[in-house]
Amino acid sequence: MSEYLLEMKNITKTFPGVKALDNVQLNVRKGTVHALMGENGAGKSTLMKCLFGIYNPDGGEIFLEGKKANIHSARQAMDQGIAMVHQELHPIRFRSVMENVYLGRFPGHMGVVDHKAMYDKTKALFDDLELDVDPLALAGEQSAAILQMMEIARAVDMKAKIIILDEPTSSLSDREVEHLFKIVNRLRSQGVAFVYISHKMKEILEISDEVTIMRDGQYVGTWPVVNKETGEKLTNDFIIKQMVGREMTNQFPPREGKPSAEVVLKVEHVCSPLRKSFQDVSFELHKQEILGIGGLVGAQRTEFVEALFGLRSIASGNILLNNASYTSKNPGFAKSKGLALLTEERRATGIFGILPILENTVIANQRNYAHLGILNQRKMLEEADRECKKLNVKTPSLQTLIQNLSGGNQQKVLIARWLLTNSDILILDEPTRGIDVGAKYEIYNIMLEQIAQGRSIIMISSEMPELMGMSDRIMVMCEGRVTGFLNKGEYSQEKIMALATQFAAHGKDSSAA
Amino acid sequence: MAENKSKRLFTIAGLVILALGIVLYFAKAPLGLNRKIYDLPIFLIIIGVCFALKGFMAKPVVNELNKVSFGEFLTNNAILLAMLVLVVVICILQPRFMQIRVALDILTQSSTKLIMALGICFTLLIAGTDLSAGRMVGLAAVVSASMMQTATYANRFFPDLPQVQVWLPIVIAIVACMIFGALNGFLVAKYDMHPFIATLAVQVIIYGACSLYFDMPPNNSQPIGGIRADFAQLGQMRLFSGAFKGFPGISILIPIAIVICIVIWFILNKTVFGKNVYAIGGNREAAVVAGINVFRNIMGIFILASCLYGIAGVLEAARTAGATNNYGNGYELDAIAACVVGGVSLNGGIGKVGGIIMGVLIFTIIQYGLQFINVSPMWQQVIKGVIIAVAVAIDLTKYRRK
Repeated sequence: MSEYLLEMKNITKTFPGVKALDNVQLNVRKGTVHALMGENGAGKSTLMKCLFGIYNPDGGEIFLEGKKANIHSARQAMDQGIAMVHQELHPIRFRSVMENVYLGRFPGHMGVVDHKAMYDKTKALFDDLELDVDPLALAGEQSAAILQMMEIARAVDMKAKIIILDEPTSSLSDREVEHLFKIVNRLRSQGVAFVYISHKMKEILEISDEVTIMRDGQYVGTWPVVNKETGEKLTNDFIIKQMVGREMTNQFPPREGKPSAEVVLKVEHVCSPLRKSFQDVSFELHKQEILGIGGLVGAQRTEFVEALFGLRSIASGNILLNNASYTSKNPGFAKSKGLALLTEERRATGIFGILPILENTVIANQRNYAHLGILNQRKMLEEADRECKKLNVKTPSLQTLIQNLSGGNQQKVLIARWLLTNSDILILDEPTRGIDVGAKYEIYNIMLEQIAQGRSIIMISSEMPELMGMSDRIMVMCEGRVTGFLNKGEYSQEKIMALATQFAAHGKDSSAA
Repeated sequence: MAENKSKRLFTIAGLVILALGIVLYFAKAPLGLNRKIYDLPIFLIIIGVCFALKGFMAKPVVNELNKVSFGEFLTNNAILLAMLVLVVVICILQPRFMQIRVALDILTQSSTKLIMALGICFTLLIAGTDLSAGRMVGLAAVVSASMMQTATYANRFFPDLPQVQVWLPIVIAIVACMIFGALNGFLVAKYDMHPFIATLAVQVIIYGACSLYFDMPPNNSQPIGGIRADFAQLGQMRLFSGAFKGFPGISILIPIAIVICIVIWFILNKTVFGKNVYAIGGNREAAVVAGINVFRNIMGIFILASCLYGIAGVLEAARTAGATNNYGNGYELDAIAACVVGGVSLNGGIGKVGGIIMGVLIFTIIQYGLQFINVSPMWQQVIKGVIIAVAVAIDLTKYRRK
């Protein structure tokens, strides 16, 4: 019997024009959590898709418990004890939770589904994982955290020997992460192996036993988190150095200058028509200021900025833009007034995957390239090229489809799109979610450049270091209400968390809160 | 509390309607209302019983979120309510509408449409469509009718064909449809073709093939007639006719449609195949990742659907005791419209048999009712179009939450 439960040897995979994996290896021991790290585009997800049978590798071999495995479809992978919790969760929204859990392997006889058995099994499974979810509830109505747990429950029920977690915590709150880790720890002690993909150092160091690092489709190395002989722990800096191949001294570029006293946007008592959404939001945004908005998932931050941009309706309250009354009618109107919104869900509401970078860059600004409705191709090319170069988008050409770029480069294209519109107020919703360290730094630099040019930024971020490192001021929201402001100098994770968890007491004394 | 209130409301309303029906039933002859309200009391009794049962059987509402406000109730049932209003107007304008005979006519007319709609709903559930459905009806009608002519008929399609068993041509006709259904499925599943294009191509192929068959000598594109009585019975037989005075009998098409409804309901809700259909329609990626064999399921969907069109085609041939290659032309659009009005989402993953039955009935009732009060066929078209647009617009507001 081999030392490893899973061995992937010399895996190679080429996509048109890109060598995504080049002789990569991965060895996972039984009953361990194996972190797989690397910048975006390093090939982690591709490697996992090869393991899960979604891609067929061009070369290399996979061994399970010492035996060579043939995996050509998700079904085969699952039959051999491999389960994957995907980064982007895709529940069947209009079906029940239990049907999602048993998708593809419904219990029953002769093609007839046994609903009672399915309910009971799901219930037992959820009780075991301490999940309080009705198996009959619609999957589309569940939070990201519950969907995540649902997927894990599925893997547990399949008696998976290896569970791949691809960025499992990107949309979870701290409390939910804790619950997830509790479950991971329990399964690990039962002998289940995990492959854990994440960008969050703290989590990696907390949960994993070993770390494999990849860079640009190549294997860099594998290290135990705690060195058995010396008892030394891996450090943040070491991992980052291996990932980017260079030393990273500063996570955030230095901020020069201060916000001016001039108020560009004044929001007063803005309320959503929905009772559970944002209520009574008031703040001022100064020229050349980065206003960070912090809070947990469900704090209605995204909903609020979407309303500001005219994507959602506002029931009451005043908004003054450059001292003139502003009503958000629709995004086109907001755009004409100098607002720009970089949305949270890059794939769903950001990129046009099947269009080239050029079209993706100019889409919000096409009117300026048109004369009598006919687009000036040359001008578009020039400007898109200029912006993309300035933002250091790594691509062979502007005709490359945006879906072939890494997340960080996609995000830079989207920022270029809004910079072309010459907007004065940039609203960035999770601008660095799911992108790698190097690209993050570049995006921070772009933000500071814009500030220097006299623009203002509203930035929603769930990453505390980013929020504290970049903001001039932080507004914290909880359940749709603004629970407080913090000025530069008084930031601390504890203070932000305290404000972010200032839940209104439900019931009689809700007015007191 | 709230749930008890709505339960009680339904039960009480049902009992009141029931009582009213019974009173009217015995009072109509003495009061001389026979020619004024016709069979209204019987309808009231049926509606009353349904209401009372609904109130009685309603599941208690578990949480606050499921509580439905009056406004939501109106949106959820808008098209149904509009139809009720129309029915009441027609009844006032033309009291003869309130007859059991009329109701049975409507159900009979709905039957084949319903079978088609149930077939097409599978293709809609995977966010597809099936444009070949109508032509498959024509194919099945021509194929089955061509082998079901009486021995003495002058213009026989196959002059030397012996009198075969009834089931044989039916099976041949349905299998012919299923072969084309498999072609649909293959194009969609194997080449990832959009069902709109795949089935459009197959639609044209079927019509051509069916016309070639229809044009074979000695028939040379003559309408097929002289259908054997035993075959025609399949579409024309009336059960329990004359069971009591003036009872026209229940068309055999109605029980056939009911059985097919039950079978399809079972497939959609109780079988792995049905669950897979919803899964593929709801989120194809997730289905693939969950290890569902999408190819096989899509093939199954199109073959099953074409089987239902085949049944509908055979029944059409039997009902009209004849066939031409133009049978079924455009039926697919009516079926799609009925599905959509019945709440099937064109984006896939949403749709129930109950809704489809409602959709088909609404269309037939409105069409029949408008004919009944002599609305011109041109206006009927306009009204039909408006219903489709309004119904879908209202339906979509349910899913739009902003």
